[in-house]
Amino acid sequence: MSTPEHPDFLWRTPEPKRHYDVVIVGGGGHGLATAHYLARNHGITNVAVLERGWLAGGNMARNTTLIRSNYLWDESAAIYEHSLKLWEGLEEDLDYPILFSQRGVLNLAHTEQDVRDSVRRVEANRLNGIDAEWLGPDEVAKICPIVNVSDGIRYPVQGATYQPRAGIAKHDYVAWGFARRADEAGIDIIQNCEVTDFVVDGDRVTSVRTSRGDIACGTVALCAAGHTSVLLDRLGVRTPLQSHPLQALVSELLEPVHPTIVMSNAVHVYVSQAHKGELVMGAGVDGYNGYGRRGAFHVIERQMAAAVELFPVFARAHLLRSWAGIVDVTPDASPVVGHTPYENVLVNAGWGTGGFKATPGIGWAFADTVAHGRPHPLVAPFALDRFVTGALVDEHGAAGVAH
Amino acid sequence: MQLITCPWCGPREETEFRYGGQADLAYPADPSALDDEQWARFVFFRDNPEGAFAERWCHDAGCRRWLRAVRDTRTYVFAETRPYGRTA
Repeated sequence: MSTPEHPDFLWRTPEPKRHYDVVIVGGGGHGLATAHYLARNHGITNVAVLERGWLAGGNMARNTTLIRSNYLWDESAAIYEHSLKLWEGLEEDLDYPILFSQRGVLNLAHTEQDVRDSVRRVEANRLNGIDAEWLGPDEVAKICPIVNVSDGIRYPVQGATYQPRAGIAKHDYVAWGFARRADEAGIDIIQNCEVTDFVVDGDRVTSVRTSRGDIACGTVALCAAGHTSVLLDRLGVRTPLQSHPLQALVSELLEPVHPTIVMSNAVHVYVSQAHKGELVMGAGVDGYNGYGRRGAFHVIERQMAAAVELFPVFARAHLLRSWAGIVDVTPDASPVVGHTPYENVLVNAGWGTGGFKATPGIGWAFADTVAHGRPHPLVAPFALDRFVTGALVDEHGAAGVAH
Repeated sequence: MQLITCPWCGPREETEFRYGGQADLAYPADPSALDDEQWARFVFFRDNPEGAFAERWCHDAGCRRWLRAVRDTRTYVFAETRPYGRTA
């Protein structure tokens, strides 16, 4: 498969202005998508996206690009399905190739409890209008012939849920597509601009303090993933976010052998094959808090053991690269989106191990939240105050380890 | 993988240990006096610093005792480990 030609420059490199109506902190997928939809849906273009490193160089560059919406609870299904529908039209919207490939996802079940949970999730998905089916081991093997469905492994495959509309996309192109459209609309994308502090007046933030000077702002929209709590610490706002390294890896380039996406929560691995031919695999998070953008080797080892048992054909594949991103996880494996104690500071965080798939959906809903100063209905259930009211959205079953 | 020094067993491989999160969280002295906000803070809200972090670890596959560590969350290097609940 050939990859598209890209122009030399997709966005400008402007000097920061001294004031913006909206300052988005974090130039990853979520920040860029928020910028795009602020311009596209709300006509708000006096906006800066501040990125401390290079554009989309954090988790947007480090995820395993899986896109699906087969979450258990109504609140999650709604935001992820909204996102999946946007993915289905995103190439046209961005007028940019993103190599979105709806090749389906199999979520394997290995135990009786897995089977019960999976069937329940399939039924819940169907009630929410999401494509989902339950497959037995033979049907799993028909869709993905390289999965070992024999009884001879430690945790034999008892079946799987299947969402045919799930897929993968080329993460860099997605970021570039959003950045280009935001830039075209007049939004300033400012790289190498780290937000270090905030200037506060009462319950408002009047400026963000950056490595390139103070920038006054109407609204601050935090899209800083694993570093969100570091920023909110500056404001004295506590969150239930915990930052962990999450590792992923790719094999050398192989002929097409893997036609779909396979995820297994129980034995802890998820695998797809990228357009170029690498097998892309993700692990669970490293157990300890960390910001080091690297994880422990034994986590990778455990993940590879699971992968080789499920896919004997991978045994001789060479590991090409492994890396880690810093993901912000919450106690209920659902995001934290909405207002903070500061009236003009909005937060979009806590997507943990699964934020990539939400990129267009949360960009859309967060932009709407910023534009109207109240939570979009799709993000309202994910407000920070749910940890006080107890209205948690516990997605550990559908999202806890593998995304 | 790195070695973690158990105060009782000495340096052991990281895989022998289980992570217990932020250290020094005291159970509320008068639980019935807490409102929902205070309970939320006790149950769900934890520090998440980029830098030195005081943590609990349990030597699961060894002596099964809890220890208190100070570890840098950027480099993952342990500055100290000592028996949990002791200050020296």
